[in-house]
Amino acid sequence: MVLQPSKPGLALETAGAWLLAALWILPLAYAFWTAFHPAEYATRFDLFAPLTLQNFRNAWEAAPFSRYFFNTIVLVAMILGAQLVLCTLAAYAFARYAFRGRDVMFVLVLVQLMIMPEVLLVENYRTMSVLGILDSLPAIGLPYMASAFGIFLLRQTFKTIPAELEDAARVEGASALQILLKVYVPLARPVYLAFALVSVSFHWNNFLWPLVVTNSVHSRPLTVGLQVFSSGDQGIDWSIITAATIMTTAPLLIAFLLFQRWFVQSFMRAGIR
Amino acid sequence: MKLAMRVLLSTLFAFLVAGAALAQTEISFFYPVAVGGPVTKIIDGYAADFEKENPGIKVKPIYAGTYQDTIVKALTAHKSGEPPVTSVLLSTDMFTLIDEDAIVPIDGFVTSAEDKAWLASFYPAFMLNSRTGGKTWGIPFQRSTIVLYWNKELFKEAGLDPNRPPATWAEMVAYAQKLTRKDASGKVTQYGVQIPSSGFPYWLFQGLTTENDALLMNEAGNEVYFDRPGVIEAVQFWADLSKKHGVHPPGIVEWGTTPRDFFEKKVAMMWTTTGNLTNVKTNAKFDFGVAMLPANKRRGSPTGGGNFHIFKKSSPAQQQAAFKFIKWITSPQRAAQWGIDTGYVAVRADAFETPVMKQYVAGFPAAAVARDQLQFAVAELSTHDNQRVTKALNDGLQAVLTGTKTAEQAMKDAQREAERLLRTYK
Amino acid sequence: MSADGSRRFAANVHGWLLVLPAAALLVLFTHYPTVATFLRSFFSTAKGARGSAFVGVDNYRQMIDDPIFWQVLSNNAYFALGTIPVSIGLALLMAIWVNGRIAGKGWLRLAYFTPTVLPMIAVANIWLFFYTPQYGLFEQVLSAFGVPAHNFLGSKDTVLTCLIIVAIWKEAGFFMIFYLAALQQMSPNLAEAAAIEGASRWHFFRRVTFPLLMPTTLFVLVNAIINSFRLVDHVVVMTRGGPDNASSLLLYYIYEVGFRYWDSAYAAALTMVLLALLALFAVGQFLFMDRKVHYR
Repeated sequence: MVLQPSKPGLALETAGAWLLAALWILPLAYAFWTAFHPAEYATRFDLFAPLTLQNFRNAWEAAPFSRYFFNTIVLVAMILGAQLVLCTLAAYAFARYAFRGRDVMFVLVLVQLMIMPEVLLVENYRTMSVLGILDSLPAIGLPYMASAFGIFLLRQTFKTIPAELEDAARVEGASALQILLKVYVPLARPVYLAFALVSVSFHWNNFLWPLVVTNSVHSRPLTVGLQVFSSGDQGIDWSIITAATIMTTAPLLIAFLLFQRWFVQSFMRAGIR
Repeated sequence: MKLAMRVLLSTLFAFLVAGAALAQTEISFFYPVAVGGPVTKIIDGYAADFEKENPGIKVKPIYAGTYQDTIVKALTAHKSGEPPVTSVLLSTDMFTLIDEDAIVPIDGFVTSAEDKAWLASFYPAFMLNSRTGGKTWGIPFQRSTIVLYWNKELFKEAGLDPNRPPATWAEMVAYAQKLTRKDASGKVTQYGVQIPSSGFPYWLFQGLTTENDALLMNEAGNEVYFDRPGVIEAVQFWADLSKKHGVHPPGIVEWGTTPRDFFEKKVAMMWTTTGNLTNVKTNAKFDFGVAMLPANKRRGSPTGGGNFHIFKKSSPAQQQAAFKFIKWITSPQRAAQWGIDTGYVAVRADAFETPVMKQYVAGFPAAAVARDQLQFAVAELSTHDNQRVTKALNDGLQAVLTGTKTAEQAMKDAQREAERLLRTYK
Repeated sequence: MSADGSRRFAANVHGWLLVLPAAALLVLFTHYPTVATFLRSFFSTAKGARGSAFVGVDNYRQMIDDPIFWQVLSNNAYFALGTIPVSIGLALLMAIWVNGRIAGKGWLRLAYFTPTVLPMIAVANIWLFFYTPQYGLFEQVLSAFGVPAHNFLGSKDTVLTCLIIVAIWKEAGFFMIFYLAALQQMSPNLAEAAAIEGASRWHFFRRVTFPLLMPTTLFVLVNAIINSFRLVDHVVVMTRGGPDNASSLLLYYIYEVGFRYWDSAYAAALTMVLLALLALFAVGQFLFMDRKVHYR
C-alpha cells in the first residue's frame, strides 16, 4: 500500500527496479554462463562460445555429490520433522495451558532467538563429542530441532484461534491431542508452510556448524562438501565450481520457481512480521 | 531343544565375531583432500591393494577436507576419544601434535635393518620437518616445494630467451620489468611476476628469506627470528616488487586465483607449489617452464606438504598395522607413481631411479626441478603453538604488502607476538 | 483434592509434558552451553598432559591486550553498520516496487529473492571472481570506464566493504518478503484517501506506510543484527579474515581460536563478548518493542 508514482516517475522506477534485479541475478547468471562453457570462457564473454556439459560431468565425478545430496535431504527432512512436532507441542502448551512457570519458560525459549546454536559452537562441539555422535547427521541437526522461532510463531497463531472451537471439540469428547491435531494444526497450515520453507532453505544452506561437526563423506551436507571441493591447494577452477553450485542448488531453485507465489502468500497469511 | 539350539547358535555367532575381530585390524586413516577429487580414487586404490596383500588389515580412508580441517578433526577426535590410527597432516603441525601428546615417534617401530634402510631413504630436506629432539615423528608422503613457473611465449614476446629462467633476484626483477606491460592509459595489463600472499604468505616468504640466507626459527621450535635484518630485507624486497619496481600486482594476491592469473597471461612468472604441476600442465594453453626459485645470497625454498603420523591412542596392533601401511605406501615404486599422478615430489631418491619415473622425467623434465631444488631446501616454518606463531608472521607480512606498516615495524611486532606465545616452551 | 485443584494439577502436568521435549533440547544446546562457556572462560585450556586450571580473569585480560580482538570487534561493528541499514532500506524499496504497478513484477520478485536460496558458500566463490583483479568481472566493467585497477579483496581499505556488499546482496531479498507480506495486508483505502487529499507520495510513505510497517522493520532489524554476528560463511571462502585481519569478524575469530588454535578457554571468553552483545540487543529490543509495538 503505497501511492503509485506519476507516469515519468513510473518509467524511472521501472528502470531502477530492473537494474537492481539485473545486479541481483548477476552471480547466478555468471554461474550459468561459466558452468555451460569450456574453462577458457570462464573469464571471457563471447556470444558464440561453444556450449558444453563437461563441467557438470567433471564436478559430479570429482566429489561424491550424490552422497552429499542424500545427506542434505535426510538432514533437512529430519530437522523439519522434529521441529514441527516439538514446536507444535510446546506452542500449544504455551498458548493454551496455564502451567506453573510458563512465563519464565517462555522467556527461556525466546533466548534462542538471539543466541543461535552456531554462536555456541565450541561448547556444543564438546557436547556432541561427549554424546559420542560427532560426524553424524543427528549432530548437525540436534541443536536446531527445538526452534524458538517455530515455537514463538505457532504460539502466536494458536492464540488467535478462538477458544470456543476447542470447547466445542471438548464437548464432543475429543482428547487434548485430538483437539490439537483436528482444530489447531489445520487452522495454522499457512504458518506451518511458511515455517517449513524458511527452515528448509536455512538448513539446506547452513554451513559453519556442519563444517565443525562433520569430518567424512558419510555425514557431510552439500554446503560443506562444496567447500571441501572448492578450497583446493591448486587454485580455483570456476567452471567446475559453478557447475557444482548449480547442481547443488538446483532443487531449491526449481522448488522456489514453482512455488514462489505460494511461498509469499503463505508468509502473508502466516502474518510473520 | 529350542534352548539348546539357541545356545549353540549364539556361541557360534560369538566365535565368528571374535574370530573376525582377531583376524581384522582396522586402521582408520585421515587423509586431507586439499588436492581434489581424483586423488581420493588413487588413495582408495592404494587401500584396496594393500588389503589384498595384507588380508589381516583393513584400511579405512577418511577424507577430511583441507589440511586445516583434517588436523582439527584429528586433534579433536584425539581429545574426545577416538582419533584416527594414522593421518597425513602438515609436517609443520609436528610440534602441535607432540604438545597435545597425540602421536608416537616412528623410531619405536623401526626394528629390522630393512626398516632402518627404509627410514634412511627419504630426502634429508623432507626429514627436517619430521624430526625434533632426536626422534622421528613423521614420514614424508605428499611433499612439495615452491618453484617458479614461467610463460615461454611471453618471454619470447618480451625479447627474452624463452628457455632461460631468472637465476637471481636481480635477474627476476630485470626480466619482470620487461614482462610488465601497460595499455595506453598506463594501466598494467600484464605483470612480470606474482608471489601469492593470501592464506599462508609465510610459506612463500620463506623462499625469499632462505634465498637471503636468513633463518626464521630454531630446530627446537621455540625461538623465531622474524626481526633479523636478513628477514626484514626479504620482506622489503617482496613489497618493493610492487611498490618500487611496479612489476608485481599491488596488495594481497590470492593464492587460489594465481594459477588462473597465469593461464590468463595476466602474469608471466608465478611462484607456487610443485603440487600445481599437473594442474598447469593440463590448463596452460601455452608453452611453460618450471625453474628453481632465483637466488640472492643462495638458492633455496622451504619444503611443504604432509607427513604420515601414527596416533598414540591406537592399540599396539593398530599402530603396527599402520606402520606396515606407511612403509608399503612409501615404497620407491609407489612414491614414484604418486609423484607422477599428483605432481608432488617423490619423497625418496630411489623413486627417481624407477623405470616409470625415469620415463616420465625424460618426457617432462620440469618434474625433476623440484627434486634438484631439494638440496637447497630448508624446513618449513614450524614451532610450538604453530598456528598462532605463523599467524603473527602472516599478519605482519600482509600489513607490509598492503602498505599499512613498514617492513621493520611489522617484523618487530610479529617477533614480539611470537616471543610472547613461545615463552612457555623454553 | 477438589475438582478444581485436580484440574489445575492436570493442566500443570500436561503443560509441562508438552513443553518438555523442546525444553530439554533448548537447555542442552542453548542454556547449558551458555553457562558452560561462562564458567570455562575462567579456566585455562588443557593441553597435552597439562590439565585445565582456574585462572580467574586471565582470559579476559588477554583479550583486552589482544589487538586482533579489538580489530575484529570494530570490523564487526563496521560490518553491521554497513549491512543492516542498506539491506533493510533496499528490502523496503524492493517490496514497494514488487507490490506496485511495475511491469514484470513476478520476475523482479524472483530476481530479488534468488540470493536467499543460493548457499553463501557457493556464491562466495562466484563473488571471488567478480572481485578478482585484472580480469574479474568488476575489473572488466570498470576498466571499460577508465577506472584505475584495484585489488578489492587484497587491500585493507576495501576488503570489508566487499564483504558488506555480498551480505547485503544475500539478505535484502529475504527481508523483502516480510515487507511484501506486510504491505499486502494493508488496506488499500488508506492510499485512496490520501490520493484524494492530494498527499505527496513521499509524505504518504513517511506518515502512513512507514509507521504501519514499524513492527516489520523491527522484526527485520533484529534478524539483520543477529545475522551480522552469525554469518561468516563468506569470510571463510573469500578472505579467511585477511589481509592482516582486516575482514575478520567476531564469530570467525572465535572459530579460529577454538578450532585452529584449540584455545577453547580464550574462545569461551570471546564467546562471552558475543553473547553479551546479543543480550544487549535483546534488552534494547525488548524495551523498544514495548513502547512501539504491541505483541500479544
